[in-house]
Amino acid sequence: MTQHAIHVENLSKSYDDVLAVKSISFAVKPGETVALLGGNGAGKTTTISMLLGILLPTSGTIQVLGEDMVKDRFKVMHRLNFSSPYVDLPRRLTVKQNLMFFSKLYGIINAKERLMLLAEELNLLDLLNRPTGSLSAGQKTRVSVAKALINEPEILLLDEPTASLDPDTADWVRNYIKEYQKRNSAAILLASHNMTEVERICDNVLMMKYGKIVDQGAPDDLLHRYSRTNLEEVFLDIARNRKDSASKDGNDISRKPPHDDLEYGDI
Amino acid sequence: MSNSSNQTTATIPQIRRNRSALIRIQSVMMRHLYLMRASWPRIFELMYWPSIQIVLWGFITQFLLTNSSYIAQAAGVLVSAVLLWDILFRAQLGFSLSFLEELWSRNIGNLAVSPLRPYEFLFALMVMSMIRTLIGILPATFLAILFYEVSLYDLGLPLILFFSNLMMMGWTIGLLVCALILRVGLGAESMAWLTIFLIAPISAVYYPVDILPEWLQALAWGLPTAPVFEGMRAILFDQGFQLDLFIHSLLLNILYFSIAIGVFLWAYHVARKRGLLLQMGE
Repeated sequence: MTQHAIHVENLSKSYDDVLAVKSISFAVKPGETVALLGGNGAGKTTTISMLLGILLPTSGTIQVLGEDMVKDRFKVMHRLNFSSPYVDLPRRLTVKQNLMFFSKLYGIINAKERLMLLAEELNLLDLLNRPTGSLSAGQKTRVSVAKALINEPEILLLDEPTASLDPDTADWVRNYIKEYQKRNSAAILLASHNMTEVERICDNVLMMKYGKIVDQGAPDDLLHRYSRTNLEEVFLDIARNRKDSASKDGNDISRKPPHDDLEYGDI
Repeated sequence: MSNSSNQTTATIPQIRRNRSALIRIQSVMMRHLYLMRASWPRIFELMYWPSIQIVLWGFITQFLLTNSSYIAQAAGVLVSAVLLWDILFRAQLGFSLSFLEELWSRNIGNLAVSPLRPYEFLFALMVMSMIRTLIGILPATFLAILFYEVSLYDLGLPLILFFSNLMMMGWTIGLLVCALILRVGLGAESMAWLTIFLIAPISAVYYPVDILPEWLQALAWGLPTAPVFEGMRAILFDQGFQLDLFIHSLLLNILYFSIAIGVFLWAYHVARKRGLLLQMGE
């Protein structure tokens, strides 16, 4: 039996009386890229936070590389990494200092060698001595990707990795992540609102709504089942509960605004 | 940049790893030292207040030498008290500020999702607090020697014991302040500067414990600070080093420090339960 990189079973999280994630189960295999798709408040960031061990679940189990993330997360923390819009790299440190700091934090001995490789690959060589706070959004994203890959993780959790990037930079980052995955057989779990991104790089999609996984499958499979040509339309069908093709015109302005459930990252 | 064909052309070196706690502690210290090194105003700020205090209290001492029989018995008593009090204050502030720095820069999430254990993080903060304290206090001690011929080092070997006890008490208060900030957020950050002054009146810094009303004396002897300052006065007034005061202070310190560690870890656990670690920051 292949060991899953990530294995989640009946995972729930509630904040007082608000149930942010409701008994979800899924698995990610090594070398697989899985997307968490859903509107604001669907539970994507809450799910990723629980997988990272930074948020304790109310019930259910999370196994990462065979270890229980609630009890034994430090057995695997050096084998995973993440990128999230909810954290920053210390702004006053230079790019080089930041990458040195994180490589040491992850116990990399040949830190300089690793840093220079990533700097070269991610086009950061000219930025190494600049304070991280002075970089543009695109440059910061590339530095964040370098930080996320500094320990050559077997599991990469990415929360909206290309948000606020111009299409060219976003495309470049996607390609780089895909290349990294091929090279390292890494498992990637990605939360995104960008459907094109998901169609291009993901093997599997988990559609979340109100804290539940309401549908899942390969992008092609979902397109086929919903008789759609792109994932954005599938997303809208699910978000708006459209089941019959007669109501699938996408211009329904009489509908209510999207329900914004309480989500961890939105608090 | 749109061409991704040359993205992975470099030869990929094998990553060599060391999973020792020491490396992780070192990395957190390195991050704070980078920050200090890059900004001379930060270093200056550390030294500024203790030095100003010494200049001020030095003149007060010179005035009191001719007007107070108490000060005349031991000229260095006020200046030494100021320096020892500043050790406590800097230890607490140094600990809290290093922690706050992680919140202000929204880096606490990165640390929480890394192989760094909470106790390793706390240990790094303690070492940083010691470095900050020494940077702040050492120039002030030299100023006291230079201008007023008062040397804190005249306390001899007990100075190390006083220093250790005051550092430990500073960390205890720092831990409690950080736990409070973890629970209620950055709205409580001013407590990092204020909390220490809550114990100042009953720590008997500038006057003996028996000056206090009786009910406050009981509280004073319940703090590890009062025995340190009483111990300092005993040496300066030629009564010698009093071991009982040192043990009294040490035992209280061990008790409070253990409680503070427990409170911090509880606050950290609650922060993980409520999902606060990713949200904290400016």
